[in-house]
Amino acid sequence: MSTLIFKQKPRIIGWYSVVGKKESEGPLGYTFSRIVKDEYFGEKTHEGSERKFFITAIQGAIQVAGVQPDIVFAGDLLNQIVSSSFAMRDIGLPYVGVYGACSTMALSLLTAATFLESGVIQTAVAVAGSHFATAERQYRTPLEFGNQRPPTAQWTVTGAGATVLSTKQKSRFAVTCGTIGRVVDYGVKDVNNMGAAMAPAAADTLMRHFKNTKTKPSDYDAIFSGDLGQIGEEALRDLLKEQGYDLGENYYDCGKLIYDASQKVDMGGSGCGCSAVTLNGFIMNKFRNGEYHKILFMATGALLSPTTSFQGESTPGIANAVVIEEVTE
Amino acid sequence: MNKQEYAEYIKKITPKSKIWSSLCRAFIVGGLICLLGEGLNALYHMWLPSYDQTQISALVSSTLIFFAAVLTGLGIYDKIGYFAGGGSIVPITGFSNSITSAAMEFRKEGIIFGTCANMFKIAGPVIVVGVAVAMLCGLGYFVVGLFL
Repeated sequence: MSTLIFKQKPRIIGWYSVVGKKESEGPLGYTFSRIVKDEYFGEKTHEGSERKFFITAIQGAIQVAGVQPDIVFAGDLLNQIVSSSFAMRDIGLPYVGVYGACSTMALSLLTAATFLESGVIQTAVAVAGSHFATAERQYRTPLEFGNQRPPTAQWTVTGAGATVLSTKQKSRFAVTCGTIGRVVDYGVKDVNNMGAAMAPAAADTLMRHFKNTKTKPSDYDAIFSGDLGQIGEEALRDLLKEQGYDLGENYYDCGKLIYDASQKVDMGGSGCGCSAVTLNGFIMNKFRNGEYHKILFMATGALLSPTTSFQGESTPGIANAVVIEEVTE
Repeated sequence: MNKQEYAEYIKKITPKSKIWSSLCRAFIVGGLICLLGEGLNALYHMWLPSYDQTQISALVSSTLIFFAAVLTGLGIYDKIGYFAGGGSIVPITGFSNSITSAAMEFRKEGIIFGTCANMFKIAGPVIVVGVAVAMLCGLGYFVVGLFL
C-alpha cells in the first residue's frame, strides 16, 4: 500500500524557516523564524545564497530541537541538487539527497519518518528550499531581461524550511502517516502553467490517501497543497468533486497564502521553499497555538527539466502527502 | 476527466492576457523609443552636418543600444519591459537588453564560458532567423529580377 502508517509516530521536535524580503512582506511574513533582506545573503552568487538559506534553516532547526540529528534529508530544484549537498558540506552530518521537485519537503519528511520508523536512527532533519533568482536562471530567462510574465506564471519562493523529527524526544506533534505520490501526466505542455500540470497528480494522491486511510476532507483541520496556485487549486477542487470529494473551506494552497495580489506574482508562489517555509512557519505555529490538531500537508512537484520541455515533452506531476497531528501519549 | 477533456477544461479556466491594454502599452512605449530615435537623428544632423544619412543612422542605433545596455545594468530596463512587453522588446533597445541581460546573468561563470558563451542565448535565434530570412528574400528578389 502506498500510504505509510508510522506506528512509532516520529515527533516533530523543532522547526525553522528562513525567507527573503518579498516573502517577509507577504501575508505570512510574521510566521517565519528569520528574514534575510539581502538576496545574495552576503555571498557572491545567488546559488551561494540559496546554500546559505539551507545552512541557516538546518542549523536553526537543530538549535531549536536541541538534539544532534543522525541524518539530514534534503533536496532542492537546482541541477544535481547542489544547494542541498553543498550546504551539507558545511554542516558535516550524514546526508541523504532527495528530489521531488517542489514536492521535496513532503518527500524528505516521509523519507525521514520511514528511517525513524525502522528504528535504525532516532533523530532526523527534513529540509527543502529554493531561490527565485537561481530558479529563473535554470528554467527561464536572465533576471534583467525585459519580458512580460504570462498570466499563468508563478513566483519561486526564496527561502528554506527545516523540520527535526525524533523517536527519542517528546513532543505534542507527530508525523503519523503519509502517502507517496505517483507520477501523473495529463499532457500539459505549457511550462508556464505548472498548476495545471500538477493538479491531476495532487488529485490522485489525495484520493488514494482518503481511500487508504478511510478519511474524508472534513476529518482534517486543514488540507494544504504545496504550490498549485490559482489554476491548480481550482482544477484540484473540480477533479476531486468529480470523484465525490468536496475539499470545502479548510483547503488552502501554500502558493496562494504566501503572497498577496499586490506583489505581482500572478498565480502565486512556487518552488520547494514555498511549502517548506509555510509548513515550518505558518502551519507549525498554528499547531503550537493549539489552532490545529490534525492536518494533511501535500507538497506538489512538476518533474520537468528545461531539456525535456524544449524537446516537446509534457510536464509530469507528483504529489506527496503527510499527516501531522497532535498526539497525547 | 480524460486528458483531452482536461486540456479543454484548463483552457477554459486559464486567464487570458489582456490583449488590448498590452497592445496600447506596447504602442505607446515602442512609439516613444522610435520618437527618441528620430530626435537623435535630428540632433546628430544638426551637430555633424558633414555626416551622411548612413553614418547618422549608425550613430543613432549605437546611441540607443548604449542607453538600453546602461538601463539594463541599472536594473531599469526589465521594469520598462514588464510594462511595455513587445513595445520595448522589438526596437533595437530590446535587442541590446537581451544581450546585456544574458551577459550579466552568466558573468559569474567567467568571461569565456559564462559571458561570451551565453550572451547571445536570447538574441542568437533572432540573428539566425534574421540572416536566414534575409537570404531567402535576396534569393526571391534575384529570381524575380531574372524575369522582369
